[in-house]
Amino acid sequence: MNGFRSLLGAAVVFTLAAHLTAQNAPQNQTGTYDRTQIAAGAIIYGQCVLCHGVNGDQITGVDLRQGKFLTVASDADLVRLLATGRPGAGMPAFTMLRSDEVAALIAYIRSGFDSVASGVKVGDAARGAALFSGKGACATCHRVGGRGAYAASDLSEIGAVRKPESLQRALVDPGAAMIPANRSVRAVTRDGRTIRGRRLNEDAYTIQLIDEQSRLVSLSKADLRSFELSPTSSMPSYETTLTVDERADVIAYLLSLKGR
Amino acid sequence: MTKTTVMLIVVALAAASYGLDAQVSSDRLLRANDEPQNWLTYSGSYMSQRYSLLKQIETSNAKNLELKWMMQNQVFGTWETSPLVVDGIMYLTQRPNDVMALDAKTGRMFWLYRYTNSGRQTVCCGAQNRGVAILGDTLFMGTLDAHLVAIDTKNGKPLWNVAVADDKLAYSITLAPLVVKDKVIIGVGGAEYGIRGFVAAYDPKSGREVWRFNTIPGKGDPGNETWSGEAWEHGGGSIWVTGSYDPATNLTYWGTGNPGPDWNPDQRPGDNLYTDSVVALDAGTGKLKWHYQFTPNDGYDYDSVQVPVLADLMWKGTVTRAMLWANRNGNFYVLDRENGKFLSGTPFVKVNWMSGFDEGGKPIQTPQPPGKVTYPGNQGGTNWYSPSYSPRTGLFYVSAWENYGSIYRKETVPFEPGRRFNGGGNTVAMPNPDAPAMRRNAINDWTDVVGRGAVIAIDPKTGQPKWKFQMYDVTDGGILTTAGDVLFTGGREGYFHALDARTGVELWKANLGGAIMSAPVTYSVDGKQYVIVNSGNVMAAFALRE
Repeated sequence: MNGFRSLLGAAVVFTLAAHLTAQNAPQNQTGTYDRTQIAAGAIIYGQCVLCHGVNGDQITGVDLRQGKFLTVASDADLVRLLATGRPGAGMPAFTMLRSDEVAALIAYIRSGFDSVASGVKVGDAARGAALFSGKGACATCHRVGGRGAYAASDLSEIGAVRKPESLQRALVDPGAAMIPANRSVRAVTRDGRTIRGRRLNEDAYTIQLIDEQSRLVSLSKADLRSFELSPTSSMPSYETTLTVDERADVIAYLLSLKGR
Repeated sequence: MTKTTVMLIVVALAAASYGLDAQVSSDRLLRANDEPQNWLTYSGSYMSQRYSLLKQIETSNAKNLELKWMMQNQVFGTWETSPLVVDGIMYLTQRPNDVMALDAKTGRMFWLYRYTNSGRQTVCCGAQNRGVAILGDTLFMGTLDAHLVAIDTKNGKPLWNVAVADDKLAYSITLAPLVVKDKVIIGVGGAEYGIRGFVAAYDPKSGREVWRFNTIPGKGDPGNETWSGEAWEHGGGSIWVTGSYDPATNLTYWGTGNPGPDWNPDQRPGDNLYTDSVVALDAGTGKLKWHYQFTPNDGYDYDSVQVPVLADLMWKGTVTRAMLWANRNGNFYVLDRENGKFLSGTPFVKVNWMSGFDEGGKPIQTPQPPGKVTYPGNQGGTNWYSPSYSPRTGLFYVSAWENYGSIYRKETVPFEPGRRFNGGGNTVAMPNPDAPAMRRNAINDWTDVVGRGAVIAIDPKTGQPKWKFQMYDVTDGGILTTAGDVLFTGGREGYFHALDARTGVELWKANLGGAIMSAPVTYSVDGKQYVIVNSGNVMAAFALRE
């Protein structure tokens, strides 16, 4: 309880300081939240801790640190929820919070309660789904729920295994975020056939991959003239082709994919 | 044959060998025999003969078989799966509900899918799964918590997942589904827990149930009168081994399990239809066309879930569309598969629970006095082990337990949802602390007194054995035969045998060191014929020495 009191005390200090900071500017250019904002959010969270707990997981079905909510998904949803509360479920409306305080609180939640990390903006999943198959052309390589291509990894469960930060990194700098299992392979057989695909499995003598025609192929290394594993990803960076808000929407969509 | 036809065939063959036609259409399933390099259904084809047209391995060269690869699974327990092989890729399952895609030439893995069961799943006899079915680019697996899951063949990702029955009531699925046209057909286990069994068909695209046939008829339905009172409500009749299909009649055939409670027939007077039966269902609607009951009012746990083997035979001078069936109750049957007519029944092991058949093919039962031995025993003259039929030899082959009996004890048991519903028990004649059951140690100085395994080659025309291959231990191995006249089988001793299918003479063997609990499969990749078998936790692939 002592910790709670000191958080409340700090919240008062913050309220004064907040007047001096920029109004309602939650994200920087890459769709992340800045550290001062997250730190400010940590103090405001003192008003939430009584019900949600220090780790954000005291309400059944909700885990704020893990981004697990009952009714909301995007940052805009969170803004609305804080404004209205869920009276039926016991959550009051937090109308006393100014918009910059709301933004700071969301930044703290999105950062996984980590005031030294950078949070990632999460947009609207429905818009993200449209971008995934439309402007982003993600479905030309990736597959979700049995639709799309096999050239890149299947993303049907990506929301259950990746955090917003790593999705953000994958969109902006795909090469840095690529896991070894997804490396692309170029093999030339002794009889001159070239096989390109994505590596699935490898041992000392053989390699298993899915080729560009979506066929499962197993190759004996002894039959190959050359064999290259690309250290770079064939996925383009979306740093310039999608806006910050569009990336936030795609991330929201990806986070909604929890498998079957 | 015109030149164009020849060209077309050449093109088709080239396409097949490079796997361009990856989609397994229902037409390919129908014509599985046209592509013997593959193994497209649980038993190899809709006729369920577990017979392959491959003949690179034949009686004269089987002695040159050598190990090509092994694959060890990472789970504990007996391994009853039978894989599919499609254009060089093998799809198989391991406990409890993992699916793997392997390169059939090297045994190396493309992907592994792990299904997480509910945690409530209840099964009598181990966390078994016997395999998957395929249609298009989708695999289908039944799960221990009684779900049906569709899985992408390319990456092992689930496409849909539906509940088939309630696992809280101890429904489960252990069999490999059967795909017929645009339907995935499945059945449920759990007769040891008082379920009411059924066969059901699902839409392969959506997972929607299309039809359901209850193996225990409800109030007002024909057959319900073979039960007394409310006993039918938890009458068992589970489905736990894959059925067959005859495109000519559009009938799908399924063997049904024991009635519940297992060992107390007094608690459910009547014949107890359709337990211990074969049911012939319209594949489009699930409507019952005919049935034949092997063991009415069963008190011995004589499940009739054996694979229905379909064969066209000369029967008393006419070509007959027959069904061949070596039953757990110790008899070998020939039925007319168009109408279910009983053509013959002949014991293939020692039988004393019945003395013969009446004119309609109903067994004349001779229950043994309390404390006396009933033959065959609780595990049966055979059990769920895949039999084989070779159209070349005209012989039916079965993994049998000879001279094996049990002493049964019956008790009244109340039904409680999801709880054991056995109604008594049984002990093996000549009690031994290690008496045949699924699990025991590696020392065996006693099966000669409680029963032993054998492969029996039966001439369907006479019902009599043509030859017999004796093992010391019992066998759950199942049998594969080929157009090279080679029969492959194994047993609990861990020997993998190649026999001459005409004579039963052993051609070759390998000691694989672990019990063989599922039937071998054969296929070919790049012109080389492989035969695989599971022994203990290892899948071993053999082919001829180069």
